[in-house]
Amino acid sequence: MTKLRYERPVIKALNTGVTNKFGAQQGFIPHTHIDGVAVKDLIAEHGSPLFVISEKTLRDTYRKAKSAFSTRYPNVQFAWSYKTNYMNAVCNVFHQEGSWGEVVSRFEYEKALRNGVPGDKIIFNGPDKTTDDHRVAIANGSPIHIDHLDELYSLIELSDEMDKRPRVAIRINMDTGIQPMWDRFGFNYENGQAWDAINKIMHSKKLDLIGLHCHIGTYMLAAQAYGVAASKMADLALNIKKKFGHSIHYLDLGGGFASKNTLKGAYLSGSDVAPTFADYAEHISTALLNAGFEPDELPLLILETGRAMVDDAGYLLGSVLANKRLSDGRRATILDFGVNLMFTSFWYEHTISPAQECSQYAEDAVLYGPLCMNIDVIRENVKLPPLNKGDQVVVHRVGAYNMTQWMQFIALRPRIVMVDLDSKVHLVRDSEDLDYMMHLERVPEHLKSFEL
Amino acid sequence: MRLKKSIAISENGFVFNAARGDSFSTNPIGLFILEMIKAGKDTKVVQQEVTNKYAIDDSTAERDIHDFVKMLKQYDLLD
Repeated sequence: MTKLRYERPVIKALNTGVTNKFGAQQGFIPHTHIDGVAVKDLIAEHGSPLFVISEKTLRDTYRKAKSAFSTRYPNVQFAWSYKTNYMNAVCNVFHQEGSWGEVVSRFEYEKALRNGVPGDKIIFNGPDKTTDDHRVAIANGSPIHIDHLDELYSLIELSDEMDKRPRVAIRINMDTGIQPMWDRFGFNYENGQAWDAINKIMHSKKLDLIGLHCHIGTYMLAAQAYGVAASKMADLALNIKKKFGHSIHYLDLGGGFASKNTLKGAYLSGSDVAPTFADYAEHISTALLNAGFEPDELPLLILETGRAMVDDAGYLLGSVLANKRLSDGRRATILDFGVNLMFTSFWYEHTISPAQECSQYAEDAVLYGPLCMNIDVIRENVKLPPLNKGDQVVVHRVGAYNMTQWMQFIALRPRIVMVDLDSKVHLVRDSEDLDYMMHLERVPEHLKSFEL
Repeated sequence: MRLKKSIAISENGFVFNAARGDSFSTNPIGLFILEMIKAGKDTKVVQQEVTNKYAIDDSTAERDIHDFVKMLKQYDLLD
């Protein structure tokens, strides 16, 4: 007699009166394949946990974003935000699609150069640029986005020393009606700091002011804030033209577009509330087109969106290590990946799917990682079908920041693979091993031996 | 191990405790186990029946049934 497929016995208390008017999807759809490749095969070949990147989703998302903006504004350029995900394979997908590079450190700058991005198409942002970093960026003709006055003066000195005219933009911070206001980067619009910086640059005659840059926040759910930012940037550009007769070549609206992940504590899911690329594009384009530029002098619009571009393309595959009960009867499931690999679990309620057939009987559970640390919680409360030891799960939308902010803590970091457009799997970063971790360490001679 | 007399179990896995007004849902294997407990079978027999009917090894079945019974106690369904 053929035995029935086993599933752990589950009993769950029913509570009434807690649903909302939108209802909630209670069904669990197993996520068995990623772009045509079986999750179980990926784990068998590359181990668990494993990051998987979908090349198709990367390209589809880029094209969606590009189309949303270029159908509304004539002159659009994307620059790939390296800090969001600087796996070379990911960067090069975006470069193949036409993105420039946008970096915030020398490390990222060198990575972009090695990837083959021309120096004049690497935007150098951020507060951390040494004099040597400036020298290299000036020599390569990279747009340098000035964050503070110390940087501005340093660039003026370097222009003398190198007898070159650095290509610069200034970063502007401003009130767009969003709290908290990001005023730690760049020069403020409302209190006149931005104009001070512009005057200094223009009067110095040593720097070529080619652009204005802002980045108003992160995971911005209010698309209209970008319209306010675009208006204020356009106002500065038009007044620079009026006062100095100088045309600003580009306005860089930065990034911060929300992905479809759900923020902790949010009432509705991210896919319900996050604006689309078209929403952002509509507000930005309308503001710029109505600002008063001559039609043949519309500045290039640069966008550095990272999170919304890459989040959907990343998956984290993992396995169940164990199940246990907490003191209050809640199910606790321990997975083989934790906050060391999923930094974003501190602020997102990531969607997690079983990777094999499962029933529709859900159980409330806490999902813990494997770290011997109390903070290692992946989901504080999630409804999942009963998972057994060894079962596999898929975490969705982990493409942004997790592969750059992951921590090497206790364990070695796993492999990253990319599934290409023909469902072929490519290793894009190997797992770490003990030799890799220890080759930077040095043990003083007197500590090399011991007896126990 | 005895199920309380006030517990009603429907054939589709809905469980109701008439004494307290609590209701629960259980999956098919949970229902199978509950019915055996109601019929007065002890844990060893329950485990044997589960491994006969489902594709599962003894130790996993023992562990899961133990956990299930703990939850029945937690929900005050057993005497």
